[in-house]
Amino acid sequence: MNTVAGLGEFVARARDRGELVVQPRMGFADPERMREGLLATRDVDATTIGTITLDSYTRVGDLRAAEDALAAGEGLNGYPIVTHSPQTTDQLLSGLLSEDFPVQVRHGSARPLDIFAALARSRLTATEGGPVSYCLPYGRVPLRESVQNWSRSCELFARLGDLGLRPHLETFGGCMLGQLCPPGELVALSVLEALFFRAHGLRSISLSYAQQTHPGQDAEALEALRSLAGELLGPIDWHVVLYAYMGVFPLTESGAGALMDDAAALAVRTGTERLIVKTVVESLRIPTIAENVRSLRAAAVAARRTPRPIGARRPDPAPPSPQTEVYYEARAIVDAVLDLDEDPGNALLKAFDRGILDIPYCLHPDNRGRTSSYIDDSGRLRWAETGDLPVRPCAAGQKNKTVTSSEFQEALTYVSRKYDAQAYDTQCSAVCDTEQHPLPPPGRRTDPRGT
Amino acid sequence: MNLPGAVSPTDPDLVSTGHRAVAVSPGAEPDGSRRPRRKVLVTTVSSDAHTWNLVFLQKVIEELGCDVVNLGPCVPDDLLVSACLEHRPDLVVVSSVNGHGHQDGLRLIRRVSERSELSHLPFVIGGKLGMDGGEDEDRPAQLLRAGFRGVFEDNPASLSLFRSFLAQLPSGSEL
Repeated sequence: MNTVAGLGEFVARARDRGELVVQPRMGFADPERMREGLLATRDVDATTIGTITLDSYTRVGDLRAAEDALAAGEGLNGYPIVTHSPQTTDQLLSGLLSEDFPVQVRHGSARPLDIFAALARSRLTATEGGPVSYCLPYGRVPLRESVQNWSRSCELFARLGDLGLRPHLETFGGCMLGQLCPPGELVALSVLEALFFRAHGLRSISLSYAQQTHPGQDAEALEALRSLAGELLGPIDWHVVLYAYMGVFPLTESGAGALMDDAAALAVRTGTERLIVKTVVESLRIPTIAENVRSLRAAAVAARRTPRPIGARRPDPAPPSPQTEVYYEARAIVDAVLDLDEDPGNALLKAFDRGILDIPYCLHPDNRGRTSSYIDDSGRLRWAETGDLPVRPCAAGQKNKTVTSSEFQEALTYVSRKYDAQAYDTQCSAVCDTEQHPLPPPGRRTDPRGT
Repeated sequence: MNLPGAVSPTDPDLVSTGHRAVAVSPGAEPDGSRRPRRKVLVTTVSSDAHTWNLVFLQKVIEELGCDVVNLGPCVPDDLLVSACLEHRPDLVVVSSVNGHGHQDGLRLIRRVSERSELSHLPFVIGGKLGMDGGEDEDRPAQLLRAGFRGVFEDNPASLSLFRSFLAQLPSGSEL
């Protein structure tokens, strides 16, 4: 097999051309369908990267169940890369991987060593995750075990460099729980996982962040992430990747479309290099290839009509640190964690043990669970309780507040209600254009739109 | 105490509002007298990694004056049994939204019923319990027959039914 330039170089070239890279979350058990999906992704009129998402049995290490399901011809919700033979995966990728079309494998495992071994066998050089972000939200694997397994996995993956390949690893830390984790901690986790990857030999890294509740706050978060990466990662290849909203999605098609368009515009405005898209049906079922293609195309269209910031192609190598709340919070958390131990893995373990990292609403036994968050009147995601985090709740002088069950439920559905209400307004003003004030939709609260 | 509008097909303790939500009365509170704080164990089935439902339920239950032990996602049956023995809760609430709640719930309640120490501990289950997304008429009855004391399928009425169920729950000392 020929040497293939990595995902990092592909993204850097796209950045130089002023193009946003867009990527789906596609995964099918059947190799032929998977190949079809990758080809369709490659051929979209956009700068795309292919995705192979693995099934959930492989994710939790239940390889027996994956094998049984394949043998019985039952459906799996992704591609079982450890269970399919290396020949099957080679055939799937044959003639498809190239410098112009990298493929990233997405999994979600807290014990990914066998997955990384399968990637190395098939010379797949791009994947994602992290010892915290693939452990705490999804199960009961102890954090210590995840850190150990991820350390060995990263070292195995980094050795692909000996073969003339360029392994690329993306942090999932900026997406913790999908929603309701305040941006300062998301940015800090993404940076800390990137430092963990670097400590275990990776030299091409991307840092993730998931779109939250307020476009202005999200822009500050992406700027903070970029600044901290520049300050702390040193001279390695890195870029930033934005995930379109991962929480409860709008129910209306136009609401969902507007939310995804806003994600693409946010990426372009902030000089973010890569975007992981969603589909309208994602919350209901596994999207088809055609639905993925539609989302990729829509994201590319939304990106092209968004003005790029000046200097995005050649970013200032040492910009001044942003003077924002998100930056200060993220910086304070990162500094406090790195002070705990020279080794980033040990520092992460100590930080969770002491509550210096504490994810709101995360029920994992290794998470202290003394923090909580809420959405303020302007739509920004804020701390209600900060536990032992090295940050203060909200603005100076404010005290911890208790989040009730109904406030919690409203926060969970805030984004979906906001975009569905906008969709309703658009529809209503189109239909009743003679009326000055279209009726508000049922149950609509105060206008949550921020700037 | 039966809930208003209840029908009791066979078991006098069985309460139903059509097939939308079914609950067995946990027992009447004789008067409004003070009682010790009740302890509720919140959990899910072994295959379910969802947690927002568990966090929400914890808040609802705490707001009704109970202490909550929340076991989090993907709870193996053995862990649930040992947690029940360790914490001695007054009620176990099983919530599942991944579509496997019905099957996993039946297996779980059979495992629990093998333990005589837990025979007086009431279990309820709720959420999106089946794959079809809708409500299957047989599902609640099956779960009740297997030993659950209440079944709260995902629908607008379930939360208030669950709240009234909880409000009537006596503490362990009165069971």
